[in-house]
Amino acid sequence: MKKGFRIIVLAKQVPDTRNVGKDAMKADGTVNRAALPAIFNPEDLNALELALRIKDNNPGTTVTLLTMGPGRAAEIVREGLYRGADDGVLLTDRAFAGSDTLATSYALAQTIKVMGEFDLIVSGRQAIDGDTAQVGPQVAEKLKINQITYVEEVLQVDPDFLVVRRRLDNGVETVKAPLPLLLTVNSSAPNCRSRNAKLLMRYKQARTVTERQEAAEDYLYLYDSRPFLNILEITASEIFATPDLLGLSGSPTKVKRIENVVLQAKDAVRLNTNDEGIHDLMKELIESHVIG
Amino acid sequence: MNNLFVYCEVEDGVVADVSLELLTKGRNLANELKCQLEAVVIGSSLDQIEDQISPFGADLIYLFDDPRLAPYTTAPHASILIKLFQQEQPQIVLLGATPIGRDLGPRVSSALHSGLTADCTSLEIGDHEDKKANKADKDLLYQIRPAFGGNIIAWIINPDCRPQMATVREGVMRKQALDAKYKAIVHRPIIADYVSETDFAVQIIERHLEKRKLNIKGASIVVSGGYGVGSKENFKLLYDLADVLGAEVGASRAAVDAGYVDHERQIGQTGITVRPKLYIACGISGQVQHRAGMEESAQVIAINTDPEAPINALADYVITGDLAEVIPKMIRYYKENTK
Repeated sequence: MKKGFRIIVLAKQVPDTRNVGKDAMKADGTVNRAALPAIFNPEDLNALELALRIKDNNPGTTVTLLTMGPGRAAEIVREGLYRGADDGVLLTDRAFAGSDTLATSYALAQTIKVMGEFDLIVSGRQAIDGDTAQVGPQVAEKLKINQITYVEEVLQVDPDFLVVRRRLDNGVETVKAPLPLLLTVNSSAPNCRSRNAKLLMRYKQARTVTERQEAAEDYLYLYDSRPFLNILEITASEIFATPDLLGLSGSPTKVKRIENVVLQAKDAVRLNTNDEGIHDLMKELIESHVIG
Repeated sequence: MNNLFVYCEVEDGVVADVSLELLTKGRNLANELKCQLEAVVIGSSLDQIEDQISPFGADLIYLFDDPRLAPYTTAPHASILIKLFQQEQPQIVLLGATPIGRDLGPRVSSALHSGLTADCTSLEIGDHEDKKANKADKDLLYQIRPAFGGNIIAWIINPDCRPQMATVREGVMRKQALDAKYKAIVHRPIIADYVSETDFAVQIIERHLEKRKLNIKGASIVVSGGYGVGSKENFKLLYDLADVLGAEVGASRAAVDAGYVDHERQIGQTGITVRPKLYIACGISGQVQHRAGMEESAQVIAINTDPEAPINALADYVITGDLAEVIPKMIRYYKENTK
């Protein structure tokens, strides 16, 4: 019998669109990315927790985090390591710039093929910067494996199959599916465990090769004696990709134009909190049969 | 060939509202493109299902009726669509942005290498000129949706890949039958030509569907709260007002993310779309994604401490002040005037 499972967690670094302050929009209506903190996509943390629970209960299981993004997305790999992932991969290249969900899925699927055999891929249902929920199913299709979306809990783990519960808008489903398999995980799944203090100490200096080149010389000796501090960085040339299928040229969707929404203000009746105004408003709404 | 397809969802012998809404929109777009509107239904026990679809102006219905095709699982439905679209080469495919459409759409688009835009709030036909590539495309599908971060609307196109695919949430498009006597041609393809045994490897062991308890979409008055409400406790004010007015309570995404209310009450691009007689927006700033879900309300009252909140531009009445002060007064004067 095989020992444990090989799990890959797909995670994305996203701007925190949930806490949009007033300075998040520039005067010209474009997004001021600098004003939005970059965070671990929330449902990808639910996905990581789901993977870590399988690891807790199945000795020999390894959890590898895979993220695609600019160099600073290495932070996502470190965050995964602090919480219990065994290792991580940063997929980064200028060739990926302008990728839509399909080009992203292609790059991720090619990378997963290079990473070798796996039993399970887990990702968040969707990322908060687009809410498309497309990358999970698209990766599964490119790897020709089954997918189960909207997963809330893994009920049974068997060497050859999983039983999971899905949480849908209008109910729940219990589904049995053979491995290998891709799951996308809902926010209704358990929250991710916090950083572990020991792991934080262990992986604080974990760096990609690019980050190491920018690091102070004093630390460089560390990476030979402690190989676990090396975050694997993979570029477009290493994933046997067809260049036309990457980045902008590999993206069927194009943005034709964007438009700032300039609201033509209605001629609104302006009231303050004084009694008279609110009294008249309610009276007017009742008389015009809008309410009552 | 090159027609407009709508994937129709069926549960317990009833075609989903979102599918009928897409057929309505699809009929209009097909008229503009001078092409046919075709529906795909995949399920089990679909006797007479065409009677629910034909009145919306479908010219052709593909019926895949087999006990193994319901309840929905990904692989057989995806295999059918992928093969059917390879044969029929649709120019446009529309799906509901439901748990099924969001599971199936990306899988199919990945196999066909076609573009898919999620959660469109509007669909139009238009041209596109790419001066750099010296290329002009006629009659593309503009997939219009609010984009990242707020006050931006994006027009997405797929100039080079077909089909052009889009998902739309329930309630975004209007549902309107075209002609009760409209008769579609029904095709019943041989299932075995489209699916293989391996497509049935995933099994549904158990299913509990609940009837939706809330009917925010159908409410004539909606009292809706945003991040400015401040806490779960403060939302009680909104429930009180809703009780008195016979309204439903909705919320912006910020309020849902902050944990003040359940996700099922979220109004906006990624939630419910409402068109009530009266929409009372409490402590809602009015991000474009939220407005997408309520801007067709007949009348809007905005209550906000910020006199410059974007929601005010949509409002018929703007009340600048604290909810804790305003709402009890509204309740009091409502009661006084209806006595």
